[in-house]
Amino acid sequence: MSHDAREHSETQSGHSDPYVAIQRTDDFVELRRRFRRFVFPMTALFLAWYFLYVLLAAYAPEFMSQKVWGEINVGLLFGLGQFVSTFAITVLYVRWADREFDPRAEALHDRLEGAPQ
Amino acid sequence: MNAIVPAATETNVGNPTLNIAVFAIFVVATLAIVIKASRRNATAADYYAGGRSFSGKQNGIAIAGDYLSAASFLGIAGAIALTGYDGFLYSIGFLVAWLVALLLVAELLRNTGRFTMADVLSFRLKQRPVRTAAAISTLAVSFFYLLAQMAGAGGLVSLLLGLDGDAAQNVVIALVGIIMIAYVLIGGMKGTTYVQIVKASLLIAGSLVITFWVLAKFGFSLSNVLGAAVDNSPKAGEKLLGPGLKYGTSNLTKIDFISLSLALVLGTAGLPHVLMRFYTVPSSKEARKSVEWAIWLIGLFYLLSLVMGYGAAALVGPDKILAAPGKANSAAPLLAFELGGEILLGLISAIAFATILAVVAGLTITASASFAHDIYAQVIKRGEVSADAEVKVARRTALVIGAVAIVGGIFAKNQNIAFLVALAFAVAASANLPTILYSLFWKRFNTRGALWSLYGGLVSVITLIVFSPVVSGKAPLTEGGPSPSMITDPSIDFSWFPLDNPGIISIPLSFFLGWLGTVTSKEPSNELKFAEMEVRSLTGHGAEKAVAH
Repeated sequence: MSHDAREHSETQSGHSDPYVAIQRTDDFVELRRRFRRFVFPMTALFLAWYFLYVLLAAYAPEFMSQKVWGEINVGLLFGLGQFVSTFAITVLYVRWADREFDPRAEALHDRLEGAPQ
Repeated sequence: MNAIVPAATETNVGNPTLNIAVFAIFVVATLAIVIKASRRNATAADYYAGGRSFSGKQNGIAIAGDYLSAASFLGIAGAIALTGYDGFLYSIGFLVAWLVALLLVAELLRNTGRFTMADVLSFRLKQRPVRTAAAISTLAVSFFYLLAQMAGAGGLVSLLLGLDGDAAQNVVIALVGIIMIAYVLIGGMKGTTYVQIVKASLLIAGSLVITFWVLAKFGFSLSNVLGAAVDNSPKAGEKLLGPGLKYGTSNLTKIDFISLSLALVLGTAGLPHVLMRFYTVPSSKEARKSVEWAIWLIGLFYLLSLVMGYGAAALVGPDKILAAPGKANSAAPLLAFELGGEILLGLISAIAFATILAVVAGLTITASASFAHDIYAQVIKRGEVSADAEVKVARRTALVIGAVAIVGGIFAKNQNIAFLVALAFAVAASANLPTILYSLFWKRFNTRGALWSLYGGLVSVITLIVFSPVVSGKAPLTEGGPSPSMITDPSIDFSWFPLDNPGIISIPLSFFLGWLGTVTSKEPSNELKFAEMEVRSLTGHGAEKAVAH
């Protein structure tokens, strides 16, 4: 349990602290930037798309009830679209995290493991 | 609700003996699994987090088992059968919500916490006040959710076992409570997780069978199912397929629906029993995989419930559903009986019971962990307590919570308390989520901000609910009948807040209070602790490891 050792180091402090040191490295700043650049816009996107759907259902029921083919209407397609977008964002995020995020995070993790504590 | 009990025996379908037998097999089988899983259940990490040794896939299935409560399984199919598209709308909020957990919460929480939500919230703030507030919020959410599940158990009994006597229902509620306590005390988190895995597998398998069967009857055309549902619902007619049947009746119901949608989509990632499941895997990568699996399974299930709901409207019909003792909740069981007779009904009944058991066990372990780990060990004993003593307290707490759940379930069984689940989501979205997001992403966030957003969210939700129409003052559905509020006497009305769901007020309020508390406090942000939290949350350094057995 490597973090136990550091919990005691709270008494010392200063920039000799390994976490502060890592936090200030370009690599960590880059990791955080990439992470936020992915998850924040994606969150804004799916929330906007979801509330567009909710507002249409509440205030445009006639539009949502228009038949497209057979008994399938616009509302049902919009609703199924929410499933598709949720599944798609999940796949996109997991692939992004596996390829872009994990290797960078692991490199920083290993650097901390090697740091004197 | 009480008025329909005398008619229950006539509308009962199926074979109670068979239902009880299937249920008994499930209980014996899961108890055997729990006992086997409990061989190593010694440390705190074993009891609270199943030794952190589950794979992402296993945990994802267990999350689906934890999340798909009776309200999801029976409630959504019933809502779709009776109110059509509006029931479907409800299920979409429950699914989309998982993206908040996936993108913003699951991995960062797994990397920085040990057992509870309070671990993360108090990471860089003053331990005792923040832990206390987070634990109170956790206990409140778990209690509301637990009470709704236990009360629902009583209603299910009259529907599925043909036991509509008061005493028989009480016995079954007590039995559910005792079996649940056994799971938690014997198996801890590991045993509970296995029960949830078994239950989720049964639930999805059963739903696949019913869905396939319904579609087969209509030439594998969803359009034909929808057409038959409309033909069989003379009152709703074409409106069954479009939005508005339930939420579109007035401007107020529309705003209420938006308020509900907000609480659903932001509440999931703040439910303590969901958050605690992320600690049962060895790493943040596995936590990510857990949510990925959970999204696939929960999404699949809601797609199936769309077909089951409209299938119930088409094959059973709204009149028969409304005449049954469980009303909307009986749509799925009645559909199973219509398709596969007594045997399929018996299986679906067992799955419904399994659902309640798995969910209440998960809630109990979360509440007991929060009391023992946050309140007892950190606040009362200030961390000066051995892990063994802490787990002992957790087990005793589980026993107390079980007893409270049994008494509460018996007391509440004939009450209109379905709103408690919405209340739990509203507290999770108002008190917990803003505080979690601030503490993960906002450097300046401090103790006062956390206390204001936690207590502000909790108090505003409860106040608005108490003075809303769900507690008092709804107009009776029939002339001179009982009010559909919790207080059924229509002459008692102290409501002044017009919405059933407070989220549209309480969620922005809590975000605002978290900000206001922070900027008005002089407490400087703890640079060291923030650096530790940020670096650990993103790199996984120092994260709790799996227990080696």
